[in-house]
Order: sequence, then structure tokens, then C-alpha cells
Amino acid sequence: MIVFLIKRIGNAILVMLTVAFLAFLIFRFLGDPVEMMMNESATQVERDELRARLGLNDSFLVQYGRFVVNAAQGEFGLSWRNQQAVTTLIAERFPATFELVLIATFISLVIGIPLGVFTAIGRGRWWAESLQFTSVVGVSLPSFLVGILLILTFSVSLGWLPGYGRGEVVPLGWWTTGLLTSSGRAAVVLPALSLSLFQITLVMRLVRAEMLETLRADFIKFARARGVPRRSLWFRHALKNCLMPVITLTAMQIGNLIAFALVTETVFQWPGMGMLFMQAVTFVDIPVMAAYLCIVSFIFVVLNTVVDIAYAVIDPRLRKS
Amino acid sequence: MTKALDVRDLSVEFPTRHGVLNALSDVSLTVNQGEILGVVGESGAGKSMTGMSVLGLLEPPGRISGGEIRIAGERTDNLSEKEMAKVRGRLVGAIFQDPLTSLNPLFSVGQQLVETIRLHTDLDRVGGRRRAVELLKQVGIPGAEERIDHYPHQFSGGMRQRVVIALALAGNPKLIIADEPTTALDVSIQAQITALLKTLCREHGAGVMLVTHDMGVIAETADRVAVMYAGRVVEIGPVDEVVNRPQHPYTRGLMGSIPALGARVERLAQIDGAMPRLNAIPPGCAFNPRCPDAGPRCRELRPSLVPAGAGSAACLIHDGGVA
Repeated sequence: MIVFLIKRIGNAILVMLTVAFLAFLIFRFLGDPVEMMMNESATQVERDELRARLGLNDSFLVQYGRFVVNAAQGEFGLSWRNQQAVTTLIAERFPATFELVLIATFISLVIGIPLGVFTAIGRGRWWAESLQFTSVVGVSLPSFLVGILLILTFSVSLGWLPGYGRGEVVPLGWWTTGLLTSSGRAAVVLPALSLSLFQITLVMRLVRAEMLETLRADFIKFARARGVPRRSLWFRHALKNCLMPVITLTAMQIGNLIAFALVTETVFQWPGMGMLFMQAVTFVDIPVMAAYLCIVSFIFVVLNTVVDIAYAVIDPRLRKS
Repeated sequence: MTKALDVRDLSVEFPTRHGVLNALSDVSLTVNQGEILGVVGESGAGKSMTGMSVLGLLEPPGRISGGEIRIAGERTDNLSEKEMAKVRGRLVGAIFQDPLTSLNPLFSVGQQLVETIRLHTDLDRVGGRRRAVELLKQVGIPGAEERIDHYPHQFSGGMRQRVVIALALAGNPKLIIADEPTTALDVSIQAQITALLKTLCREHGAGVMLVTHDMGVIAETADRVAVMYAGRVVEIGPVDEVVNRPQHPYTRGLMGSIPALGARVERLAQIDGAMPRLNAIPPGCAFNPRCPDAGPRCRELRPSLVPAGAGSAACLIHDGGVA
């Protein structure tokens, strides 16, 4: 198990170094940073001075090494747009996106898994089939439309929940959380629902397909022959065998949601990383984009590693080797 | 003494788009306590189907359309799924063909054993575990105290089948349905497993319905044997009698097709033709188109079991003649 862990983490580090290399290439060679940072009237002396200060005269490898070391410490330089530290910009925005995504994922699992189990065991009954049919709607509605419909219903017509912003937030060290205030909790409901609707159907359909497959397995028949009651058969014996793909999907989707929560964040004016990235693209703010690339990849890599470890925890067959 | 299993006139049908198929027709057989009844026949003869009906594990849309099943005196064919779940494991245990797929790969052998034991007894977790170790020892798993925490993939095929047997015995059932328990195993392991099955059932006083197509296993293990053909029992009797003095022409053909050890034969005897499909069973005796002794009555009358030799056979030879 220890060897397995070390191997997995070694892999993760290798992937991160590669991503950092790509980010570095963008940062260093997509246009001249000095040209971008200086205004047009700057003299050659000023330019050379800045060039030296930024370390752009050092060899390629030294520069890459410095970039990696800085990035590992969360240091991505200054934003070209407003001369703020990129790290600060992201630290302000990241908690909002992360909380939104986590809650959306939680909702999708808590609703999606039981729905998947029920539609699998009730196959052929009218209620299971109609749920299955309704889920097609969930997959095919674009998320901005769902967001707008949710705002229209619950905040404009009914006035139950706020339709934009993040509510009051409480700082916890460098993290800010909206989950400790009632206005923050109310504000997260609609965007999280809108973000999770697609995920719910995805999880539900995956669990259903896996359950149908597993329920045909011999060990399920044998468990029935041993007298295992149906509830335990479904939720203990069969469901556990379906969890692997669900974990993979969920982890991949968390990464996707963080990277592409953009639309939902725009609709709900949620102050997250998606909005920050949109602005960075508009202004060709390369340090922000490079940092965004590194952070999103880091999240993907961490999730992948966690998934691999979770596999080993769930499936005893993967623990050796 | 109550019988471990008493099946009377059991019929199973499958409604299909092209009409109802009768998979089993009027199957009657009994298993005494501590006795092993072998059930033989070709693929599709209804051997496994009979076993699954007893377990209440028929795949839908298959359903019992007639007859009675009593396990240790309790009638079970008319129970609901919920009531039947309480019968399985407690009154009747099962052993299936493939030990590789019979165990849940994600739970340790001990977890599966303790689960089954606690479902059928009042034992707590600790007591259940003690009983599980005991069962593993009984089925001959060395180092049971340690092996109990291992997962199915850490056992060899033969060892896994021993675990399956331990699971089948966990609820102290009165009857065990063993559906081809040795077919997936090496020949050398087969003998060990059948021997184990035999001793354990004697000790526990459980009756066994041993479903197999392997006459060798039957001859070695069973006390009595039932021969099935096209969804019916065609002959049933003590194993020596059925093997050495078969009363039904089909059984005779079956026994004739087994080569004797040491005898050189150019070509094995065979029964011409194939078993009819369920939707094309001929009128009269289902075996009549392949039967060397068939006469005109065989094409009109469906024979039922009548005393023949030391057992009974469903053949008109013993019931008024074929002509």
C-alpha cells in the first residue's frame, strides 16, 4: 500500500511538472513580457533593467526552475492588468468556486445515487421508467437556461432565495466561506442546484446502468440463495460494486465543474474563478491564465490521485502489486 | 421422518410471445434427511430449473404453475419473495457451479460468513465470527483463523468452493441444492469437494439435491438418482439400480454412452437425435422419436412414473406395453 501511494504521488508530481512546463512556455514565449508590461514611451535602459529584474536573461532551465519553485509556493507573479499578485486574485476567488462545486457535487451524489438504484430495481415499472425519461430533460437542458428558470421561479416570483451574489462571507484564515452565514447559505442554493442538475442525471444514469449489470452477477444470485434480504442486497452488495465508476465520474466532474463553472457563475454573478478567467482572457493577462492553468491541473491531478487511492480502499483486489 | 425435500407434480412455465412454454411438467421427487439425491440429464432437461424453483430463484418471467414444494415439511412454493428470503439460507442452502463468481469480491470471506450466520441465528458479531471460523475449519480450510479475513481473490478455486459450502451450511439448512458444484473445478479437486459434501451433509443431517450432468460424480456420491428428460423425471431410484439396471430406454442410452474403464472401444454408443426444444415436444412420450423400443402407444400416451425395478420409471414398457 505504501509503495502504491509513493508511486501514485510520484506520477502526480511528474504530471504537474509537465503542466508547469506548458504554463511556463505560455508565460515566457507568448509575446514579450517586457513589451506587455512597459508602456510605449519607456527607454531601452528601463527595458533592460526590467528584463534583468524579471530574470529574463538567465538560461531557459534556470528560468523554468525558478517558475516551478515559485509556483510550488503559490507565487505566480503580478497580474499585467492591475499589478496585483496573481495569488491574491485567485485566493479571493477560489473559495467561492470551490464551495459552489463541492455543494453541487454533494447534491448530485445524494440525489443521483438513490435515484439510480431505484430506477434500476424498478425497471419496467411506470415510476422508474418515467424517472428515467425525465432525466433526459435534465441532460439536455443547457445550464444557463436552468439557472435563469431557477432565478425566475424561486427568486423573482416566489422571492424565497437570492438570485445573485454570494451573500455574507466569513474569513477563515485566507479562506472565505459563505456557509456559516444564513445569507451565504441561501445564496448558494440556486447556483448549486443549477450546476448539479446535469450531474444528478449523469450519476443516476451511470448508477442505473452499473446496478443492472451487477444485479445479474452470480454473487448476487448466491447472496439471495444465502437469504440476504433485498434491501441489503441492493444497497450493500450491489451498490458497493457499482461505486468505482461513480467515483471516477464524480472526481472528473469536480475538475470539470471547477474549470467550467463559468456559465453558472456568470448567470448568478457568483464571484468565482470562472469570472476571473473570463476577464483574464479578455485582457490577455497571461500570468493569471498561467496560474489558472496550473491550479486547475493541480486540482485534476489531486482528484485523480485520490480516485486511485479510493479504488484501492474499496477494492481489495487492487491493494497488492 | 419428514423429508428434507418433497416436490410433487411441480410445473414451471415461461410465458413468451409465441405462447406458454412448459419448462417443467409434473416433476416429483423427494430427498430424505442425510441423503444425496443426484439429478442428471442433458443440458436443458430441467435439472437446474428444478433446483432454482426449490430455491425460489426462477428468473422472471418463469413461474411455478402447479404442484407443491415442501422443504423440511414447510410448504414454500406459495410464499412471497419476502417470506422466501427467510427460507433461503435457513431451510435450504445453495452451492452454485462457479466458485469464482459466487462470492462478492468486495467483502472478506469472514464478512460474508458472519452476515449469513447472523441472518439465520441469534449470534452476535463475536459469536458469529467464532462460528464462521468453526465452519471454515469444518470445510477443511487450513489456517482458518487467519484466512477468515482474506478476500475471495486470495483463495484458489477449490478453496473458494469450500468457502461456498461453508456459506451454504451457515444457517444449518435441512436441504442443500448443489447445482453442478464440481463442474468448474479440476478433476483432482472435484473428488475432494464431492467427498467433503458427502461427509458434511451426513454430519449436519441435511439432504442434498445434487444437480450434475456427470454420471461419475453421481455414481460416487449419490444415494438415489433422478434422471430428467425434456422437463420431466423419466426415472428415479437407488443409484446402483439405475446405473446397473436402468428401466427407462433413455437411461439405458445414457449409461451406454459412458465408456468402461480399461475397455477399448472404437466409438462410444450414442442416442441418435437431440432432446426436443421446449416448443417442439412431440405428442405422447417426449422421448419416442429417439427411442429404440418405441411403439404406437408411445406416440399417443404421455407416460407417468410407475414402479419399475427397484425404483420407478415413466415408460409405457412398464405401464401396459408400447403396442
